Amino acid sequence: MSENIILDEKNIARVISRMAHEIIEHNSGIEGLVLIGISMGGNKLCERMRDCVERIEGTALPLGIIDATLYRDDIRSGTAQQEVHQTDIAFSLEGKDVILIDDVLFTGRTIRAAMDALMAFGRPKTIQLAVFIDRGHRELPIRADYVGKNIPTARGEKIALELDASGDDRVVITKNSNG
Amino acid sequence: MGLAIKHLLDVYSLSKEDVMYILDTADTFKDISTRDIKKVPTLRGKTVINLFFEPSTRTRTSFELAGKRLSADTINISASASSVTKGETLLDTLKNLEAMNPDAVVMRHLASGAAHFAAKHVNFAIINAGDGRHAHPTQALLDLMTIRDCKGKADGLKVTIVGDINRSRVARSNIHLLSKVGCDVSVCAPASMIPAGIEQLGVKVHYNIKDALDGADVVMMLRIQKERHGGNYFPTLREYSRYFSLNKETIKYAKEDVTVMHPGPINRGVEIASDIADSELSVILPQVTNGLAIRMALLFLLAGGSRQ
Amino acid sequence: MSLIITGAHVISPKENIDRKLTIYIKEGKIAALHDSDTDPKTIDKVAELFDATGLTVTPGLIDMHVHLREPGYEYKEDIASGARAAARGGFTSVVCMANTCPVNDNASVTRYIIDKAEKGACVNVFPVGAMTLGLDGKALSEYGDMKEAGAIALSDDGKPVMDALMTRRVMEYAKTFDMLCISHCEDATLAKGGAMNEGFTSTLLGLTGIPAAAEEVMIARDIIIAGLTGARLHIAHVSSAGALEIIKSAKARGVSVTCETAPHYFTLIDSDITDYDTNYKVNPPIRSDADRQTIITGVRDGTIDVIASDHAPHHADEKKVEFINAAFGISGIETMLPLTLKLVREDNLTMNDLVARLSEAPARILGLENKGVIREGADADLTLIDMDKKYTLCADDLRSKGKNSPFLGRELQGRATSVIVGGKKVDW
Repeated sequence: MSENIILDEKNIARVISRMAHEIIEHNSGIEGLVLIGISMGGNKLCERMRDCVERIEGTALPLGIIDATLYRDDIRSGTAQQEVHQTDIAFSLEGKDVILIDDVLFTGRTIRAAMDALMAFGRPKTIQLAVFIDRGHRELPIRADYVGKNIPTARGEKIALELDASGDDRVVITKNSNG
Repeated sequence: MGLAIKHLLDVYSLSKEDVMYILDTADTFKDISTRDIKKVPTLRGKTVINLFFEPSTRTRTSFELAGKRLSADTINISASASSVTKGETLLDTLKNLEAMNPDAVVMRHLASGAAHFAAKHVNFAIINAGDGRHAHPTQALLDLMTIRDCKGKADGLKVTIVGDINRSRVARSNIHLLSKVGCDVSVCAPASMIPAGIEQLGVKVHYNIKDALDGADVVMMLRIQKERHGGNYFPTLREYSRYFSLNKETIKYAKEDVTVMHPGPINRGVEIASDIADSELSVILPQVTNGLAIRMALLFLLAGGSRQ
Repeated sequence: MSLIITGAHVISPKENIDRKLTIYIKEGKIAALHDSDTDPKTIDKVAELFDATGLTVTPGLIDMHVHLREPGYEYKEDIASGARAAARGGFTSVVCMANTCPVNDNASVTRYIIDKAEKGACVNVFPVGAMTLGLDGKALSEYGDMKEAGAIALSDDGKPVMDALMTRRVMEYAKTFDMLCISHCEDATLAKGGAMNEGFTSTLLGLTGIPAAAEEVMIARDIIIAGLTGARLHIAHVSSAGALEIIKSAKARGVSVTCETAPHYFTLIDSDITDYDTNYKVNPPIRSDADRQTIITGVRDGTIDVIASDHAPHHADEKKVEFINAAFGISGIETMLPLTLKLVREDNLTMNDLVARLSEAPARILGLENKGVIREGADADLTLIDMDKKYTLCADDLRSKGKNSPFLGRELQGRATSVIVGGKKVDW
């Protein structure tokens, strides 16, 4: 196993800030916007995004968490049972512009499941996808509206956005030595 | 993380980790039943059969709803409608179901050990919904979940179970499970309803409800089976009620904030007075709500994965 | 046709024999016993020689409690298959209970069993007649007639005679014909609905228990009525410590009572039943470890006169069901000898006492004067045992049709290598 840090704290803050600006710009403001993080990877990024938007616009956006586990298509074939996490959306999504946030976009299956899960909470006007890293290898026709970084990877590699509460943020690629 | 078990047959074969995992999973399922759309596609394409050889409304409904809310195809087979009346053996019934490839069978049977028997002979997951006097694991799990909800913990609580301990699978499963998580369990009933050697499970036996309730954090009343009365375990319901019911007088001996539980259906005025059953201390209805969540969690954990 | 067995270690406590001997068999009888260094040719030039070097030879073992199931339940066992199982287990004589269909409660059924045994059984078969018609506990059957037809004793085994007055009449009438009463002692009201021993394990498994008290109150009652009537009483399958206590004190008072236990009562305990294995379901039930220890003591000190298998073969379908619906009984005749030899290996029993419990005492109690002993003129029924032979019990190996043994898969030690019945080596 070898670890490779490819983005540090400063880079990450810059990227989040840029994405926030893009979201505001694309939606011509923040009217009707809600942020939904995909559990677990999207939770912290979602909070950062909210803080960032609040700094720019002066208003805090409603924030929710969605767990897509129960909507996954691989749950039946999966040998390991998946852990189910809390879903917490305290408001209706009816007519809202939902910014769905995740750390890494990979096969697209999580996003598909999360979109299905969202539908149980009302009919949003739009769903837009914001991901910090797009690592490629899509298996479904899904693309992100807002991408922090395109980082091509090999399938066997792992890539993680680590947003540490103490401020030690980083993006790490882990290569499996056996390929 | 996954369950270490393939079937849910009893509670004593569950590790403490398994118990906590099931409860934590159930917590996440509670919220689904409060949504407008009370259904997730998790078990789409899975088949869950409720095979009930004993009449049951609440447990069967709870499992049926649990399956449906997870999008499993759920069907009910009840003994009166099944081939049992034609003299088919349990093994043959199970093998016939197996030939139709279900993913899980929820089974209630009047013979103790029927679920163990089934699990030995089939390739699908067996979830025991009650076997004779032996075990009712989902009831115990939902009871523990309810206690945890009310008290924030289970460890160190004094729990008193009152009723026909000898013929109760609810009592047996609760004694096992609550002892496992550190509760101090007492039982109370006429001596004719206390099974041999129960003290070896670490419970205290009382014949006087006042002693039994002394300092109790939780009291669990068991249904006196009017329909199964007979065998002269006690003379009359009237006298039973006089000495073993939870009412305004007897509840005074428990802690002021005692949590009152009952697996249902309750006999008002027999083992529990109406005003107690309807009081703020009673969590009889939250037990039902939690029961649904526990059963969803178990179907998810046991029918969700692929079969080997 | 004569046979000479050489090289074997011969044990017959009644004759104080416990040494190497050469046994000369002629015309179904033991013709002579010779020193082991005798040249067989000097005994009988044309006799067949049987080299039994390394083996132990005992008087043919007698199992005084088996269920051969014929007539009526041939799908469980028949006289021929039960006899083969007996021989394989080292037994040369069996006493078969009356709970057949029809019940052996009249001379024609008794004669039928004896006829079938003569034609097809490779060991001696002694039928027991029913105490009451249809084992119903209501009316006496014809003891005199059955005795003449060949019934060796009386028993309603499987069903206790609940009515005390009926029990009195049974014993009085049995005494009239000097017939042994073998009593299945169980108070059916206390045992009602039970599937295993009442205790902590039954509580754990949620199974209705059969308290030892159900057995003990009936033993006490039957002993008291035996005292009243002067009948010869033999208590079948004693399983509990309390029962033994009652029998011991009755014997001390001089009541004419004997008793037996079965190997599962000194081998297994109720807490062995962990996974509802119906092969452990037997009546009386396998009891606690304290009971087991006391039973071993009783076997050792002779309070328990006899070890009998209560061989109860069943079809697989009758065991492959829910525990409460499973049939009671263990197919036990083929494991009795190794399980009893285990007591010997563990110093709980001498080899002489093993022969006493499995051969001498049954012969004495049943009045089989020429059996249970190796001496000149006795019946040439012999069991040849390899004391060290180790084997794992598997269903295919059992000669009985009933494969319902809790010992399947266990390693056993000590086994009969052949039996001789009426001077002939038996094919099993």
